[in-house]
Amino acid sequence: MSAGSLRSGYEVNDPGYPTPQENYLTNSKGVLSWMFTLDHKRIGLMYLIGVSVAFLVAGLLALGIRLHLLSPDGALFNTGFFKWLAPEKQPNDIYNQVFTLHGAIMVFLFIIPSVPAALGNFLVPVMLGAKDVAFPRLNLSSFYLWVAGAIFFVMALMASGLDTGWTFYTPYSTTTDSSVILATTGAFILGFSSIFTGLNFIVTINTMRPPGMTWFRMPLFLWATYSTSIIQVLATPVLGITLLLLIAERTMHIGIFDPEYNGDPVTFQHFFWFYSHPAVYIMILPAFGIISELISVHSHKRIFGYRFIAYSSIAIALLGFLVWGHHMFTSGMSPMTTIIFSALTFTVSVPSAIKVFNWLATMYKGSISLTTPMVYAISFIFLFTIGGLTGLHLGTLATDLHLHDTYFVVAHFHYVMVGGTLVAFLGGVFHWWPKMVGRMYNEIGGKISAALVFIGFNLTFLPQFVLGSRGMPRRYATYDPEFQALHIMSTYGALTLGIGLFIALGVLLYSLINGRKAPANPWGGATLEWACTSPPPYYNFDRPPVVGDPYEFGNIEWDAESDRYVKVEPKRKVVPSETPAEKPAHAGE
Amino acid sequence: MATTDAGHPTDAHGHSDSAHGHDGHGDHDHDHPSYLAHHFDTPEQQFDSGKLGMWLFLVTEILFFSGMFCAYAIFRAWRPEVFEGCSQFLNTKLGAINTGVLLFSSLTMAWAVRCAQLEQHKQCACLIATTLSCAMVFLGVKAIEYSHKWTMGLLPAGLYSYDPANPHPVGGPNYLAYICAPFAAATVGVLIWLIISYLRGAKFQFAVAKPLLVVCLSFFGGVGLGTILESGGDDSEHGSVHVAQHDDHQHGDHQHGGEQHGGEQHDGEHSAEHTPAHAEPAVATLPAAGAMVDDSNDLAVLKRLASDATNTGLQGELKALEAQDKMSGGAITYDDSDDSSATIAASKDNVLRPSRAGVFFSIYYCMTGVHAIHILAGIGVLIWLLVRTMRNDFNRNYFGPVDYIGLYWHLVDLIWIYLFPLMYLIR
Ligand code: HEM
Ligand SMILES: [Cu+2]
Repeated sequence: MSAGSLRSGYEVNDPGYPTPQENYLTNSKGVLSWMFTLDHKRIGLMYLIGVSVAFLVAGLLALGIRLHLLSPDGALFNTGFFKWLAPEKQPNDIYNQVFTLHGAIMVFLFIIPSVPAALGNFLVPVMLGAKDVAFPRLNLSSFYLWVAGAIFFVMALMASGLDTGWTFYTPYSTTTDSSVILATTGAFILGFSSIFTGLNFIVTINTMRPPGMTWFRMPLFLWATYSTSIIQVLATPVLGITLLLLIAERTMHIGIFDPEYNGDPVTFQHFFWFYSHPAVYIMILPAFGIISELISVHSHKRIFGYRFIAYSSIAIALLGFLVWGHHMFTSGMSPMTTIIFSALTFTVSVPSAIKVFNWLATMYKGSISLTTPMVYAISFIFLFTIGGLTGLHLGTLATDLHLHDTYFVVAHFHYVMVGGTLVAFLGGVFHWWPKMVGRMYNEIGGKISAALVFIGFNLTFLPQFVLGSRGMPRRYATYDPEFQALHIMSTYGALTLGIGLFIALGVLLYSLINGRKAPANPWGGATLEWACTSPPPYYNFDRPPVVGDPYEFGNIEWDAESDRYVKVEPKRKVVPSETPAEKPAHAGE
Repeated sequence: MATTDAGHPTDAHGHSDSAHGHDGHGDHDHDHPSYLAHHFDTPEQQFDSGKLGMWLFLVTEILFFSGMFCAYAIFRAWRPEVFEGCSQFLNTKLGAINTGVLLFSSLTMAWAVRCAQLEQHKQCACLIATTLSCAMVFLGVKAIEYSHKWTMGLLPAGLYSYDPANPHPVGGPNYLAYICAPFAAATVGVLIWLIISYLRGAKFQFAVAKPLLVVCLSFFGGVGLGTILESGGDDSEHGSVHVAQHDDHQHGDHQHGGEQHGGEQHDGEHSAEHTPAHAEPAVATLPAAGAMVDDSNDLAVLKRLASDATNTGLQGELKALEAQDKMSGGAITYDDSDDSSATIAASKDNVLRPSRAGVFFSIYYCMTGVHAIHILAGIGVLIWLLVRTMRNDFNRNYFGPVDYIGLYWHLVDLIWIYLFPLMYLIR
């Protein structure tokens, strides 16, 4: 996105604030000013573009998977086009590579950085009332690490692909001749990108809070980001060393994971899931944060059970470290261990459920405006609940033995990752889009996209629950003909979902060209990001923000005349002529 | 705000150390000293942020190593005899001297932090240079250790080629030279830089190059120290090598013949040398590496080790083994390949097969190698710190970087403090 596509010189956005001539998008120009920017908002936007591209690529791969599964013997990769494209490869091999890259790109390049790095970067300092994150340079280097990781993934794709599944299980990953080393190096680098982002946010939230911003005045999105960051910092290094050892295993045969050299593959699974189960909370916790904001703001009602939501995020972050074994019930752990892991898995669903109840209670008797973000948020609650509850089926030992490695698992984690994180991410993007680019999008278009995403998603993945419980294994390129009807449903669902996503993209991009200028506070939010102009100035706040209750909506009212939300409390009314020109911008210092 | 752009070329520059002119308000600079990045309000805030950030980074480092410590614990629990046996190949003296060197460097580092706080710039620079030199000595000694083992073929599992009958094969590549080459290049580079800056009269560069030259030379000091200690009466390593050779005492044809003989009689442990290794199940002495070529007493060794109540893993293995024994009526299928004996339930095979010994060395190289990489990284940042100190960048209000890097250095030291006993002192 170039700075030039947006005009500078906004009129008064909020009567209480001076007129900004410049905002973060316009205060400096040229490609270099973006590439070397240390502004968290620009970095956030660059991440947003980056993860969207990754999502597009991985999404197209997903469509490939679904199209292949239209027929029991495989469809798409059997066609002449793929014979021409990769003559030396069997259709089944292509299928293996496509689902692996789909999973790996979605997880490492899209979902993990999506909310924390893209939205989080933009929002954390603004919501906090700070000028920037604590370490702006580290922040930029995180972004470039992400880019480097992405390049490694592209190289893996170009070289000989990857067919291990996103989990890189040994011993297959030590013997296959696909580009495991390139891909794991990429994931290793992405891990550091993620660690540095998490580290930055923890420090920012600890030390950069302005006077008045106590822990319990922080918006819940910040609590969620904080807990996510804890996981990022504590879990990701273990992934790093695991991947490093895997690389060493392939190059030097160190015999730690490779049974050929007396290694133990189950140790790899333990190491991997010690990271990757907490990583699923890296994916979902920030989404929880988004939903807490969205539900409260668009219901114009104080969030119900603020402390419960805040503490449950931390609880999830910590409990999430104790349950990794539930991915390995069938790997040959001792029965006692499986029972313990199963029991712990149940405990972790409690804080998740607490959140769902709190959101519902927030909506109860609220004055709900069914805006696009709110539609996404409501569909999140529905979809995440299904995803979470089916997690309990999987956490139960007896049922998991039947369901493990079937489409049931595929459906479960897509309900939490797509129905949960992706939907929340989209809701969040629609919610903060006016703040990021200063333009309003078309509400009708936005709602159509939300509806199509919801319908398409359910059509894709509900049948997969049925498929899985009837015994359709995951990661298979061909299947028994009795499953075909459900697979076809799923494929049509995926196409619908794809259309919905493209509409969402179109609606957002169109707003850049033709959107109405966004007021500072289009939704009536009470958190600090709505107190600065849209888009915010370079240092976020032209004057130190007045920290108030983030969920106090009583003094924010719709002003039909100026077509925006305004504060009605008289004490904060500032006559425009009073804005002191001689006062330094950062009067607090 | 019309002038914003004038004082604010690009935000990339705006964020550099100097906090000037980002918003066009001149008076702003008074309470915003040059060392204060301008998204911070006070030096305290900046210091606290950096410190917390560093601590968190150290947490990630610990977790990073913890993966390897876990691997160590798992494999040692499974194969205590392999670890005990192989540990004899590590030279305790070299390990101990390196421990001392790192401890001393931690002292100088901590002292340097104090000097930075007291604005004793000169002393601070000296201490940082000393820390750097210690790091280099450490690497030099490590180079001796590594190259020595590589020559002997004591390598990670897949490359392991140690042959007890011929522990010092002649004519392999000179690993020590390979390791030293980059350091020699760096030394020459610094020397050239020193000379040029002297000739050009660039005082500051000359002043920086001087200590750096000493630092570079310290590496070779370390190499020398390592060589001396290695040859001067090494206790265990060659003892075990000799055991390995059971009946043929042909030290004469070793490459480093001189080194071999020094300490062979010193140690009581060496009595094993004079008993053929497979004669008795080594009650007093550990099976050492000699057992590696010896199949017959494996079960006995295993039983002996399993009689120690702490070796629970081994007891399980023994039980599995005996059960298997019973089932097959004594006819245990002997898997002769090194390949497929991964689990506890694996059939009875050599306690110290080369591949298993290889796993010990895999873990040894992974852990000490990653640690050495951290030392190298530490050297990099310490050099940067040295330059900044000599530039008088730090003062009583701004000494954060010295403090943070000090913390990092202590952690690297601490990890070694754990590695040393776990690797070298377990026999
Ligand atoms: C409500 C709490 C949750 C519970 C109780 C739960 C439980 C489980 C269990 C037991 C499995 C293993 C199934 C098997 O392989 O047999 C599993 C798989 C999975 N879950 Fe969850 N889960 C929960 C939430 C989540 C969330 C929030 C996410 C991500 C945002 C997630 C992502 C995944 C993924 C990616 C897998 C499959 C990994 C693979 O094998 O490739 N889960 N879940
Ligand atoms: Cu899990």
